[in-house]
Amino acid sequence: MSELAAYNFAYLDEQTKRMIRRAILKAIAIPGYQVPFASREMPMPYGWGTGGVQVTASIIGPDDVLKVIDQGADDTTNAVSIRAFFQKVAEVAVTTHTGEATIIQTRHRIPEETLKEGQVLVYQVPIPEPLRFLEPRETETRKMHALEEYGLMHVKLYEDIARHGRIATTYAYPVKVHGRYVMDPSPTPKFDNPKMHRSEALQLFGAGREKRIYAVPPHTDVVSLDFEDHPFEIQTFDKPCALCGANHVYLDEIVLDDGGKRMFVCSDTDFCETRRAEGHTGEMLAPSQEAAE
Amino acid sequence: MYVAVKGGETAIANAHRLLADRRRGDRNLPAITIEQLIEQLGLGVDRVMAEASLFDRSLAALALKQSRGDMIEAIFLLRAYRTTLPRFGTSKPVETGSMQVERRVSATYKDLPGGQLLGPTFDYTHRLLDPSLLEDGMVDQAVERPGTPDHVMRVSDILDGEGLIEPDGEMPEDHVAGDLTREPMEFPMQRDLRLQALARGDEGFLLALAYSTQRGYGRTHPFVGEIRMGLVEVELEVPELGFTVSLGEIRVTECQMVNQFKGSAKAPPQFTRGYGLVFGQSERKAMAMSLVDRALRADEFGEDRLAPAQDEEFVISHCDNVQATGFVEHLKLPHYVDFQAELDLVRRMRARHAAEMNRDIDKEAAE
Amino acid sequence: MQIHETSLTGGFTNPVLDSQNVFRTVMNCMAQPGTIGEVAMGVEPPAPLGAAAGAVMLTLCDHDTAVWLGPHLLTPGITGWLGFHCGAPLTKEKTEAKFAFAHHKAPLPSLMSFAQGTLEYPDRSTTLVIEVEALDGGPTLELKGPGIRTTALLSPKGLPEHVLKQWAKNGQIFPQGVDVILTAGHRLAALPRTCKISLKEA
Repeated sequence: MSELAAYNFAYLDEQTKRMIRRAILKAIAIPGYQVPFASREMPMPYGWGTGGVQVTASIIGPDDVLKVIDQGADDTTNAVSIRAFFQKVAEVAVTTHTGEATIIQTRHRIPEETLKEGQVLVYQVPIPEPLRFLEPRETETRKMHALEEYGLMHVKLYEDIARHGRIATTYAYPVKVHGRYVMDPSPTPKFDNPKMHRSEALQLFGAGREKRIYAVPPHTDVVSLDFEDHPFEIQTFDKPCALCGANHVYLDEIVLDDGGKRMFVCSDTDFCETRRAEGHTGEMLAPSQEAAE
Repeated sequence: MYVAVKGGETAIANAHRLLADRRRGDRNLPAITIEQLIEQLGLGVDRVMAEASLFDRSLAALALKQSRGDMIEAIFLLRAYRTTLPRFGTSKPVETGSMQVERRVSATYKDLPGGQLLGPTFDYTHRLLDPSLLEDGMVDQAVERPGTPDHVMRVSDILDGEGLIEPDGEMPEDHVAGDLTREPMEFPMQRDLRLQALARGDEGFLLALAYSTQRGYGRTHPFVGEIRMGLVEVELEVPELGFTVSLGEIRVTECQMVNQFKGSAKAPPQFTRGYGLVFGQSERKAMAMSLVDRALRADEFGEDRLAPAQDEEFVISHCDNVQATGFVEHLKLPHYVDFQAELDLVRRMRARHAAEMNRDIDKEAAE
Repeated sequence: MQIHETSLTGGFTNPVLDSQNVFRTVMNCMAQPGTIGEVAMGVEPPAPLGAAAGAVMLTLCDHDTAVWLGPHLLTPGITGWLGFHCGAPLTKEKTEAKFAFAHHKAPLPSLMSFAQGTLEYPDRSTTLVIEVEALDGGPTLELKGPGIRTTALLSPKGLPEHVLKQWAKNGQIFPQGVDVILTAGHRLAALPRTCKISLKEA
C-alpha cells in the first residue's frame, strides 16, 4: 500500500493518453462535432474540470507553459488547484500571463488578450450538448446533429424573443462551427463568443462527466446563432474597469458594502494587472499606486 | 479603496490542514485502524468496493478512513485510484453456482436442495439499540453448520430444467464483455454494459428506482428466486501457459429475481429474469439491481417504456454517484461571470418593463 | 510468428515524452493543414516504414486500434514491430481499420474503401498514413479550410494520383470521410477531411 503514489507523467497512463489523443485528432478533423471518449475518473470531482484536465494532460509536455483560469482569474481556488496539480504531476512551467502561455486551461472565460498562433485554449465543459436542454435524450440529439436538424434550437431562441423581446441566453450561447455543427461554447458569457471566430489559437473542449471531446481549429468560422431581425449582440458595460480603466472588456460586479455600493472590475485578472503595470488607472485604484505614476 | 482577494493557495493548504485535524479528532483517543474498519464496519467497506468496482478491502477501508466515513467520497477515492491501475487480463466469469454459500434464501420454494441458509443477516433482528455494544463485551462464537456443500443448486436452474424460465443471458459465442470504464458509452446499451453500470451504481438511487417498480411505475411482478452470498473463485486463463490460474476468492452477493411474463405469439409463457451481482455482502443493492435490470429489459419483452426505471438513458446516465455528486456539488464553484451576464439581462429587462409601464401611465394621464 | 530482430529495436527511447512530442507535431499539422512537422527523435522502424510514419504508429496505435498495412508494408519485420511496440491487431478489412499505413511504391486502394464513419459517428473513420517520396518538389497544391487563414501550399511528391481525384468526394460526404497524414522520412503533414485541395497552376 505504500507504493500507491507512483503516477505517470501528467497523471494519465499512456493507453488513456493515446485514446484521448486519437479523439482530439478526430475532433480537429470534424470541427464542432462531439467525439465520444472513455473519460477516466480523475483525482478531482466530475464537474470540476475533469474533461479539461484530461485534454491538457494528454497534450502537455515538458516545454509547455501552462496558464489556468477560472472566471477569467488565475487566483480562483479551482484554478489554483488545477495549476498545482499539473505542477506536481507534469513539472511544467506555469504563468499567469496570457501571452506567455502555450496552453491555457479555462473555465467560463476566454482571455481578453487576443490569442496567437501556436497557443492552445482548453475549455472545461459541463454539458457539451447544445441541444440537451431542449431534448434530454442522447439518442435523439445525436440524430439531430447527424441530420443537421437544428430547427428546435431556433424555435427556442425565437420563443425567447416572443416572450422577452430579446434572446434571453446570456452564456453558453450556441454557435455554428464551420457552417455545419451547432456547438456549445461552454458556459462562457456570450461576450466571449466573437473571440472564438477565426481565432489563431487551437480551441479544444473537454467534457469529462459527459465523456465528449470537441475542437475548433484555428481560423475556423464560429458564428453565434441569430435572426435577421434580432442579430446577435454582446453585453456592454456602462463604465470602464474601476481598477485599470479598460473599456470593452468583461467586468465582474463587486459588492463593496451592506448599502449596495458596488464597483465593476475586469474579470480577466492578468489583463487588468498588466494594464495597471503599464500605468492605466481606474477610478477606484488605490492612491498609493496612482501617486507612483 | 479596493484590494482584490488573493491567496488561494494558502487558503487551500490551510483548509486541508483543518480537514486532517478534524479527521483525527480528539488526540487522546486511539486512531482507528484499517483492520478495525475491515473487521467491524465491513458492510461499509463492502459498499465502497462495490461502487468503486475494485475489490480490495484494505484500500477501501483506507478510503473510508480518509473520507471520514463519507461513503461517496470514499468510493470516489478508490475509483480515482482504480483508474490508474494497469489491466493484466480479463478473468473468466465467476461461477456463482459453485459458490461457498454463507447465506442462501429463496422466496419461491419452501425447501429445496441445499436448504435455506440465513447466514449473517439483520433479518429478524429486532431493531432495538443494544447497550451491550457500548462496552467491549464478550461475543459468543458463531455456530457453524457442519459440512457446507461445495455446490448449491441455483433456483433458476430448477425452473430452467422445466423450461419455465427464459434461458440465462444469451450473448453470441464471440461476445467480449464490454467495459464502460474503458470505452465510450453509447445508447441503446447491451445488457452486459447495463449490468456493469448498475453494479457500480448508487445503492440509494437503485433502491428508490426498484421501489418505484413495486409501486406501479413499471411493475414486473417479481419473486426472489434466490439470494446467495458467499465466496467465489476468480480465475484467469493464461493462454501462454495453456491453463487457468486461480487468483483467489472474493465475497459476492447475487440475486436472481423471477418475474412474470405472459408469452407471445412466438414464445410460450415463461418467467423472466432480473439479475443482480454485487461485491461483498449487500443484499439490498443486489435486489434493487435485479429489479432495475428487469425493468430496463422492457424493450426485449415488448413492454411499453413508461416508467423512470424502464428508461435506459435516464437510469444509466444518473446512477453513478461519483458523477452525480461532482456535478451537483460543482454548483458551489464560482459562477459569477455567468451570473453577471444574467444580472445584466434581468436589469435591462426590468428597465424596459418600467419604461413601458411609465409610458402607459403617461398615455393614460394624457387621455 | 517468427520474431525478427528489427521488430524489437528502433522504438522510442523515452516512450512517454517522445510520444507526447510526436502527438503535438501531428496535432499541430492536423490543426493547420499545410504545416510540415518534423519527427526529431531517433525512431528507426523496419524499412520501408519511414521514421515519421513509425513515430505516428508508436504514438497512436495500440490494442484498441485495428491497423491495416498496405502491400508494400506488410512485411514480417513491420508486422512484428507493430505487434511488439504497439500490440495493435492487424486487419485485412479496410473498413475496420482505425489506421491504415500505405507506401507510395504500392497501389493505394480507393479512399472510399476505408471506414468513412457514420452520420451519427463520423469520428469512426480511418486515418490514412501515406508515405510519399517527399513533402516538397511535387505539384503544388493549394489548401483551404479550417486551420488555414487564407490559403496554404503543399507540394508532395509521389502522392497517389487518385487521392486528389477522390478528395473532392471525400469532402462532399462531410462530416463523414477519411483523414490523411502524409509522411516522408522524418517529416509529416496532415490533410483533415475539411481541407479543400486544388492543383495550383504552374
